[in-house]
Amino acid sequence: MSLGQVLQLLIRDRLALAGIIIVGTFVLVAIFAPWIAPYDPDQIHRVDGRVARLLPPSSQFWLGTTNLGRDVFSQVVMGTRIALEVGLLAAFMVTFVGTNVGLIAGYFGGRIDAFLMRIVDILYGIPFTPFVILLVSLLEPSIWNVVIAVSLLTWRTVARICRAQVLSLAERPFVKAARVAGASHWRIMYRHILPNILPLALLEMSFVVAWAIIAEASVSFIGFGDPRAISWGKILHSAFIAGAVRTAPWWVAPPGVAIVLLVLGVHFITRGLESIVNPRLRGE
Amino acid sequence: MLAFMARRLLEAAISLFVLLTIVFFVFRLLPANPVDAMVDASLGPEAIARLYAEFGLDQPLWRQYVLYLKNILTKGDFGMSFFFRQPAVDILADKIINTLILAITSLVIAYALGIIWGALLAWHRGTPFETAGITAALAFKAAPEFWVGMIFVMIFAYGLGWFPHSGMREPGYEETSLFLKYFNLDFLRHLVLPATVAALGSIATPTLLMRNTMLEVMHEDFVELAKAKGLSTARIIYLHAARNALLPVVTSLATNLGRAVGGMVLVEYVFSWPGLGREIVLAATRYDYPVAQAAFLMIAAMVMLMNIVADLLYGYLDPRIVYK
Repeated sequence: MSLGQVLQLLIRDRLALAGIIIVGTFVLVAIFAPWIAPYDPDQIHRVDGRVARLLPPSSQFWLGTTNLGRDVFSQVVMGTRIALEVGLLAAFMVTFVGTNVGLIAGYFGGRIDAFLMRIVDILYGIPFTPFVILLVSLLEPSIWNVVIAVSLLTWRTVARICRAQVLSLAERPFVKAARVAGASHWRIMYRHILPNILPLALLEMSFVVAWAIIAEASVSFIGFGDPRAISWGKILHSAFIAGAVRTAPWWVAPPGVAIVLLVLGVHFITRGLESIVNPRLRGE
Repeated sequence: MLAFMARRLLEAAISLFVLLTIVFFVFRLLPANPVDAMVDASLGPEAIARLYAEFGLDQPLWRQYVLYLKNILTKGDFGMSFFFRQPAVDILADKIINTLILAITSLVIAYALGIIWGALLAWHRGTPFETAGITAALAFKAAPEFWVGMIFVMIFAYGLGWFPHSGMREPGYEETSLFLKYFNLDFLRHLVLPATVAALGSIATPTLLMRNTMLEVMHEDFVELAKAKGLSTARIIYLHAARNALLPVVTSLATNLGRAVGGMVLVEYVFSWPGLGREIVLAATRYDYPVAQAAFLMIAAMVMLMNIVADLLYGYLDPRIVYK
């Protein structure tokens, strides 16, 4: 199945189409964020000479202000960038590593396979959230390190699923034909087998996007986020620390709603992809 | 069966050993040096040297590692906490139980509600109700648990005042007996919000799985028969059809146990629930590496143990599975 066909099928699925529209909107917001945000997100606003602390939503500050007089709406708009960056970077890295490991393990089999799958088994014993938090706290807090921490662990699923698929593909006639025709290992793996596992890899990719976005938000929420970047998790971190749960619902709700919408959009697409690829491939 | 269990336990032990080794060296080789973080440079060289000696940090790395391993294996000792100056195990012992209680309660709630909800969704296949139901399940999956937690605190703790906003007990609690420690009204009231939030976070899996297996069962003859007998819809769904769709859902409960134990970190953090996950976060912010390390290894060990339990449950619930 070519990628064009996958896209066509996705658009025909109502929920998946909704997902594409939601995610597409967020991508546009991220690209044009500086033009959409009415203020500099770090600017401290003053009203009548006093810092505009914890103002409820108004025509001037659409989603109110923080305890330091910053505009919540501008912060949420700018936060879109980090969420998408982290999601896409992690998804790309995980899919790249996972697909390759799966290909190599499934195609060559034997000791290579046993070795790689042992590593995957060990990774499966590692709890995701504690691992990401610990690693990011040990490394310098930065967007990159969140991506690395997420990627180091999540390629396990992609590798295992791709390997299973490669195992069955490697026995198909077209692979044998290619071998008889004298194609090299690399040619068979990347030219003949890889295109057949791409839809599956795409599906895994969309799982990772969702995980990575939530992981970044979680790490930033706990306070190990990139100190220079404005992310939804970090907005919620400041809100939590400042006790906004009691005093300023307008500061707590918007970043969370943004996360839910974006990740929900990704889940919609994932569901569409899942029904295309094969619902029986996953246990979930 | 016994051979299978022995092999799985051995595998888990090897995995844990590898993990322990990696964790030990990662903590000591990464840029944020625990020793520098712990020791105040203004103390003067003698005091620093004394602290190094107290925690065994003056030894070469490989000897520290051997000692660390030996202490764990022979005494169950995971080292001294830099922060509390107590054995890390003593700090964590209680917290394991707290995390387990929260994880298991939330999982039971998630599966109970998910099964009911999923069966309903399957029954109303193709209706707007089903689309709305699936969307709701996915929305709960998409929502970060810490944010749902904050919203719940906002509504149910500060707004309505029904439940406490954080902690596990009212201050001033005195322990009377082990049973009453966990079965008293105060404890349960503190448990409601975090358990519900964690349950909502994991409700999508049982709901969607139940819906899928129900769809397969619904066209079986015995469902037609129940309909022909004129039984009420609720009776047909829950007493006849759902029972036969339960197997895959219940087995997935077992696999999710491990994930749930590792996934309580953020809920614990938001609700100040004194569990292993919150302790990891606190230890990381305090640079208290012995505690962070021990808590992480304990969670990993629990995850692995739960996975083995899941494998055994599979065999018990579905006799078609043969262990090799």
